[in-house]
Amino acid sequence: MRKRIIALFSMLLVFAIVAAGCGSGSETDSKANAEGGNKKEETTKGSITAVGSSALQPLVDEAANQFMSKHSGSTINVQGGGSGTGLSQISEGAVDIGNSDIFAEEKDGIDASKLVDHKVAVVGMGPVVNKEAGVEDITKQQLIDIFTGKIKNWKDVGGKDQEIVLINRAEGSGTRAVFEATALDGATPAQAQEQDSSGTVQKIVSETPGAISYLAFSYFNDSITPLKVDGVEPTATNVETNEWKIWAYEHMYTNGDPTGLTKEFLDFILSDEIQSSLITELGYIPVTGMKVERDAEGKITNK
Amino acid sequence: MKGESILELKDIKMTEKQWNSSTKIWTEQRGRMITLTSVSIMIIIAVSILYFVASKGFSTFTVNKASIIDFFTGMQWKPSTLDDLGRPIVGALPLIFGSFAVTLLAAIICAPLAIGAAVFMTEISPKFGKKILQPVIELLVGIPSVVYGFVGLSVVVPFLRENIGGSGFGIAAGTIVLTIMILPTITSLSVDAIEAVPMQIREASLALGATRWQTIYRVILKTSLPGLLTAIVFGMARAFGEALAVQMVIGNSTVIPSSLVEPASTLTSILTMGMGYTVMGKAENNALWSLALVLLLMSLIFIIIIRILGRRRVY
Repeated sequence: MRKRIIALFSMLLVFAIVAAGCGSGSETDSKANAEGGNKKEETTKGSITAVGSSALQPLVDEAANQFMSKHSGSTINVQGGGSGTGLSQISEGAVDIGNSDIFAEEKDGIDASKLVDHKVAVVGMGPVVNKEAGVEDITKQQLIDIFTGKIKNWKDVGGKDQEIVLINRAEGSGTRAVFEATALDGATPAQAQEQDSSGTVQKIVSETPGAISYLAFSYFNDSITPLKVDGVEPTATNVETNEWKIWAYEHMYTNGDPTGLTKEFLDFILSDEIQSSLITELGYIPVTGMKVERDAEGKITNK
Repeated sequence: MKGESILELKDIKMTEKQWNSSTKIWTEQRGRMITLTSVSIMIIIAVSILYFVASKGFSTFTVNKASIIDFFTGMQWKPSTLDDLGRPIVGALPLIFGSFAVTLLAAIICAPLAIGAAVFMTEISPKFGKKILQPVIELLVGIPSVVYGFVGLSVVVPFLRENIGGSGFGIAAGTIVLTIMILPTITSLSVDAIEAVPMQIREASLALGATRWQTIYRVILKTSLPGLLTAIVFGMARAFGEALAVQMVIGNSTVIPSSLVEPASTLTSILTMGMGYTVMGKAENNALWSLALVLLLMSLIFIIIIRILGRRRVY
């Protein structure tokens, strides 16, 4: 009998520790499940759901946290799933906001006429390599040759004698679409390994000798080496002037004009408060700072 | 006949203790109702899933006009691009190859380990086995597959890269992760199979003068063979359907690799990778459903094999 009680007690103890450890996490989870997708008209109360682009997710997540702490009673659920998911979910009306790295017009099967585009930020992207590659600057043609499989060793572009390991994002990923269009001039990359999240790409590039891939600026850190292309450094200032050409708008699409909490939240993200602080803090570039404008066909005009 | 007599009996009781008996009949009927509803709901769910996956999976071939032969023999997986005839390029052979490669390799490595452990737990040291090994193995079942994947990514892949070469991502890494994942399944089912061997057979063997090892090797493993095979097929079914852990370590390149440490892909890894990026109803999405259909049919085949093996079990 006593043994049983001791066993029971220790089980409870373990559960308590586990529960304490992940208490906060599971709470938000259950909230997300219970209230996901409910659209309520009353302002600052109720809940909305934003789904899509994993490149934009960190920003929306953080903005949602700040918004919720200011407006108690409102819940904003932020989920990833990729730009394709964001666009298809919003055009089906299943969510309140669909996040995407690409214009809705660029995605097959999406009726862009129903959707309202809110460009909340600009994200710069760039090729990144493992630190051991010994390369920091390459030309655009070399970049294309590497990704199409013509150049197979780093020594051919002035680096170490080390085989190049190509890492692609999943076909259909917004980051990949932007990178192929703007950095590779539309060339199709060689058959290589594919990973479906920026976080995994960052981890793999930092650990695999000779690895090259591409990431949004917000995923740049000390464990990897961002490459200069044609001598241009991947920085926010260069993106603003379009000298660094690999960038994209971060779109938050709504189905029709936003109302209620959706509108309030979008206004909040577009407000100076967020644009001037959080956006740059997280490695994005404010839309307001852009000196150029790009449309869905890729045409660049000066502002 | 039997049913009638019971009914008569109830009728007689009805007159004696009417209230009690009518309650009994009602309880009977209620129990019947509950079980019938559960069964019919389950059948409806199974049939509708089959119908949904099949109708979606076939639309790659009916709506998008891809050829079935190309699907099973083609080497290029580019469902978003169209070929000269305007059909999506859906050559799933590299994915099918990858799935079978990791599954078979994992089963080959895992089966001796698992059966060995099962023999130890049942024949050699049942006490220690039941008290310590069983809970440990059951613990392994409870670890979510994403954890296996993450361990694979952080430990197995770098290990392979440094000691064998290549990028480390590939069938070898997938096999190692899957082997560990299906180990508990095969072990616990093998334990059941060996325990089901009647005691008399062991006693008979020992009475004939056989040693313990001879008994295990020549008698117990032979008689429990159908059960052990069932265990292995169950493990393979798990391995074939595992998505997340494999996706993290296999590299997801849609080619047939020339070595075990080159990126490859499986049906499930491409399926989970593509899910977030496709739009319902488009060719890319339908192609993913076709992969899902192949997986469904494969699990059907595994179940049929298990059934056939199970029928052979006679002592």
